[in-house]
Amino acid sequence: MATNDKLIQVVDLKKHYNKGAIKALDGVTVDINRGDVMVVVGPSGSGKSTFLRSLNVLEEPTDGQIIFDGVDITKKTYTDENGKQQKLNINLHRQRMGMVFQHFNLFPHKTIMENMILAPMQVKGMKKAEATEKAQHLLERVGLGDRGAAYPLQLSGGQKQRVAIVRALMMEPDVMLFDEPTSALDPEMVGEVLEVMKELARGGMTMVVVTHEMGFAREVGNRVLFMDEGKLMEEGTPDEVFNHPQCERLKDFLAKVL
Amino acid sequence: MPGSWWSSLFADMSPTSFFNLSFLPKYGSMFIQGVEFTLLLAVVSVLLAVIPALVLALMRLSKNRVIKGIAGAYIAVFRSTPLLVQLSIVFFGIFGSFNPRITLFGFLTLDTFIPCAVALALNSSAYVAEIFRAGIQAVDGGQTEAARSLGMTSWQAMRLVVLPQAIKNVLPALANEIVTMVKESSICMTLGIMDLMFAAKTTAGATWITLGPYTLAAAIYFAINYPASKVIEAIERRMRRGDKR
Ligand SMILES: Nc1ncnc2c1ncn2[C@@H]1O[C@H](COP(=O)(O)OP(=O)(O)O)[C@@H](O)[C@H]1O
Ligand SMILES: [Mg+2]
Repeated sequence: MATNDKLIQVVDLKKHYNKGAIKALDGVTVDINRGDVMVVVGPSGSGKSTFLRSLNVLEEPTDGQIIFDGVDITKKTYTDENGKQQKLNINLHRQRMGMVFQHFNLFPHKTIMENMILAPMQVKGMKKAEATEKAQHLLERVGLGDRGAAYPLQLSGGQKQRVAIVRALMMEPDVMLFDEPTSALDPEMVGEVLEVMKELARGGMTMVVVTHEMGFAREVGNRVLFMDEGKLMEEGTPDEVFNHPQCERLKDFLAKVL
Repeated sequence: MPGSWWSSLFADMSPTSFFNLSFLPKYGSMFIQGVEFTLLLAVVSVLLAVIPALVLALMRLSKNRVIKGIAGAYIAVFRSTPLLVQLSIVFFGIFGSFNPRITLFGFLTLDTFIPCAVALALNSSAYVAEIFRAGIQAVDGGQTEAARSLGMTSWQAMRLVVLPQAIKNVLPALANEIVTMVKESSICMTLGIMDLMFAAKTTAGATWITLGPYTLAAAIYFAINYPASKVIEAIERRMRRGDKR
């Protein structure tokens, strides 16, 4: 499913904290193509989360560009088809990038169904009946069709994460960003979440996945990025990165995690 | 004659005795009205404070330095000056210049109750703002991130996701603020509002029984606030246990 159709171009992306004392991202350049399942690996603190959160500008980059479907979304304005300067509404672009978090971040004061339909109704102005029908359909696809009336508190971790994935899908995003989606789960629940992600990948969804699940990376990833100290150290197919690592850092890292 | 058995009860007590309550038959109704006014003043002023406090809290959390500074200055001023001074300024400054004799519901007159409620509310909003700010900050940052990642504006995320969770956090503190106001509002007596403290002082002045009325007032304040704060504590404990489920 991988293509050469560039969906997100990341150009020399930098994110500094404490006036440059911490370089969480230190000049990352990479293209994400439509249909890519890009797996990002690297030691803790290497900037993986910062990279992912910068893609939808939850984290405002210090420098660099994120060109999403032709528009640099790190800027306050953009130039439209007619060559006119327009004010950039980041919310419109964020809708098209679904995000799944390590700790699920479901809204605890709302039922599963309300979690699903809140943004479609408020942000897209979708009618309640339509949103509910769509949500029911998605919940059924991840085996939770009967849990719409439950609150997040009543669900297991694996169930919560499956809801979080389909909640993001409600907005019909062009790309899904996953930040260690299985790291907070009990081992027996990891499989059910990875299964949903695999199905999403098989359906052609563009995905950027930060994970330590090397099995998943090998099976469904078409590209693997290795990050260290805010830099993109190595990039390649799963076979290239896992079986033929080039840099020492990656060899060290693989020795530890494999 | 009514009250005669009372008089005999306190006949050999000195006017400075703690427990000389011989004034009760004649002045008891004043104390009852005083309690009503005190409670009304406390509840009304905290309710009036809620919306300004919320606005102040949101301003404090704003990224804009000017907006943040204005709210910060307001909170600093009202927390660092005596309530009596604030009350006097509101009463003579704002309400002193225009004083139409408007009466609401037959007993809330513009010349005392409303200035007092406004002054207490202005003061209380500075404290409640900090309660709200803490409540908002106690909501996990991941909630805002999830909302924003779904395309919500920052105001939608605040209104639909963060505030409903923050309100639950702040309800006990808000109830405590009413308890505080029950006590603090006694200062309004200086403006002649007929609250509990006013009843005590008037009675003391009229009967020359100097201590009894104040002892009674203290007992009533205590009887309202102590159980109230115990109930709030219990609710708070239960809520905290609920969160851990
Ligand atoms: N808000 C922040 N303030 C200061 N430093 C931060 C902040 N967020 C992340 N960092 C730092 O940036 C670096 C990269 O963090 P992160 O992207 O979370 O790494 P990873 O997800 O790979 O573990 C770390 O050194 C982290 O301490
Ligand atoms: Mg991380």
